[in-house]
Amino acid sequence: MRIKNLEDLVKIKEEYNSKMAEYNYQILVCGGGGCVSSKCGEVKEALDRCLKGYGLSEKISVITTGCMGICALGPVVLIKPDETFYTKVTPEKIAEIVKSHIINGTILEKYTYYDKARQLYIPNINDIPFFKDQVKIALRNCGQIDYSSIEAYIAKDGYFAAAKALSKMSRQQVVEEIKKSGLRGRGGAGFPTGIKWEAGLKAISDQKYFVCNADEGDPGAFMDRSILEGDPHSVIEGMILGGYAVGANIGYIYVRAEYPIAVERLSTAIEEARRYGLLGKNLFSTDFEFELEIRIGAGAFVCGEETSLMASIEGRRGEPRQKPPFPFERGLFGKPTIINNVETLANIPPIIHKGAHWFSQFGTERSKGTKVFALAGNVVNTGLVEVPMGISLGDILFKIGDGIPQGKAFKAAQAGGPSGGCITKEFLNTPVDYENISKIGAIMGSGGLIVMNEDTCMVDTA
Amino acid sequence: MPEMKNCTCSCAKENDEQKYKKLAELMKQYKNSEGSLIQVLHIAQAIFGCLPLELQRYIAQGMGKPLSEVSGVVTFYSFFATRPRGKHVIRVCLGTACYVRGGKKIITRLEEILGVGVGETTKDGLFTFEVARCIGACGLAPVIMIDDMVYKQVKPEKLENILAQYN
Repeated sequence: MRIKNLEDLVKIKEEYNSKMAEYNYQILVCGGGGCVSSKCGEVKEALDRCLKGYGLSEKISVITTGCMGICALGPVVLIKPDETFYTKVTPEKIAEIVKSHIINGTILEKYTYYDKARQLYIPNINDIPFFKDQVKIALRNCGQIDYSSIEAYIAKDGYFAAAKALSKMSRQQVVEEIKKSGLRGRGGAGFPTGIKWEAGLKAISDQKYFVCNADEGDPGAFMDRSILEGDPHSVIEGMILGGYAVGANIGYIYVRAEYPIAVERLSTAIEEARRYGLLGKNLFSTDFEFELEIRIGAGAFVCGEETSLMASIEGRRGEPRQKPPFPFERGLFGKPTIINNVETLANIPPIIHKGAHWFSQFGTERSKGTKVFALAGNVVNTGLVEVPMGISLGDILFKIGDGIPQGKAFKAAQAGGPSGGCITKEFLNTPVDYENISKIGAIMGSGGLIVMNEDTCMVDTA
Repeated sequence: MPEMKNCTCSCAKENDEQKYKKLAELMKQYKNSEGSLIQVLHIAQAIFGCLPLELQRYIAQGMGKPLSEVSGVVTFYSFFATRPRGKHVIRVCLGTACYVRGGKKIITRLEEILGVGVGETTKDGLFTFEVARCIGACGLAPVIMIDDMVYKQVKPEKLENILAQYN
């Protein structure tokens, strides 16, 4: 079917939700990159077999989702509507879980999350400290919906923002809304997105391009990968909105070759969007058209830098050049080009849908919204977290991250990748936003946080 | 092309003539699409396993570009290989997270097991041993990747068992 207006979207949403309401349970199996390497595929197969054995295949829906965030405990499984969260699941354990939880109605506590500090099991996902303190905007659907289903995305008000913008807002109004929201680029530099878009809108040219930078190169950061794999439609919708705002009708998503799963899921999502008339000509019965193409990198670190990224999309050596001219003046193929990072784009649909005012209630004076951080290294809960700007680094590492394993002492956290800085103990109370983090000699970067314990040699790391 | 004969990629079933024909057809499709050289090189490498000079020359002709430009691109990107690679490619991640969690010990142990250094291919042509920049599985560090499969929380003593699955 071809979606022509908001009513069509609402209809799909209602149909999907009523279909889901018929199931007694929904079992969500995390299919994020982390859980895939922890063999979640085998868990899902065992689950399907097991449900079939009980004759429950029709009564229970099994959904593979994107990253739920807590990679260290993978494979993880969430049972709804109970919100029970099972960790380190194996094919053997899933059979026990089904028998106890689904058949007998008893939560199998021993396979749920164990809080070492308090020495107790926490079965409900919303009570687990790791999830409790998070606010999810960019990751709103990651780990919540079937990444491969456009209906599931629409059921979460997906493409509602695109429908609203294209049919009710002028380009200038979309740009204004993003400016008002205070959103800043999540790729590293923190440049205000609305101002960039305004420059794109004002550029005069017969052809403009809109590019998504998915060449996540900052070691230790994997939020872009998780968004592409877990909620590809949010990036596509962000690009449609960006393309509309600046007046570009061709978009490129430049994905690094190291992320084959992301490329595959994104390609499927693009095809689906096209089939539903959300890409191509006459979007939402307007005369706006937008085409999207994926370009795959070939393993060059420097291509995350925007001028080399454009050279690479053009099929050349990815060598950076001097700016100015800036991409909004002379970018891809010499035409005005606006480049945004994946996480930035995933924030766009909710801002347009719920309004700039809603978004700017989160965060600090000059850093609005949330930021996704990738916790890695010597920390108990390695994985992805999304927190409001301004939360202290200590809270991220110790409340959400649950501290350093084996009771070792914290030495430093590297923020912002190799070009960032290492934050030591005395700065743990620093609120994390663009300004404060630069004041202590690190950078926000793309949000990698690599924790080092007392045994890590700083000289060696450098 | 003597060096092509050693190519051990999975498409060894097709002969060279079939491979060139396939590539020529694909190039026709891509030639008019702006900036598609890198995509064509990805495809060519998937067909032939690697991109030796002869093949680069063929692609340059097919795409209507100077050989210098094609060679420049091939040598710039680490995913493109000019020499035949092993049947399986092992990539050890040395991104910061994996480094902190002991990625370097994995390199040392792999060098012992395989008997070759980073960037080299084993004598039997089974494995090519490479180092990767971050592959984005930092929550599971240290990781290695063999072909498209990611192995998590790898310890040096687990390596022999992992490699034994490949032949």
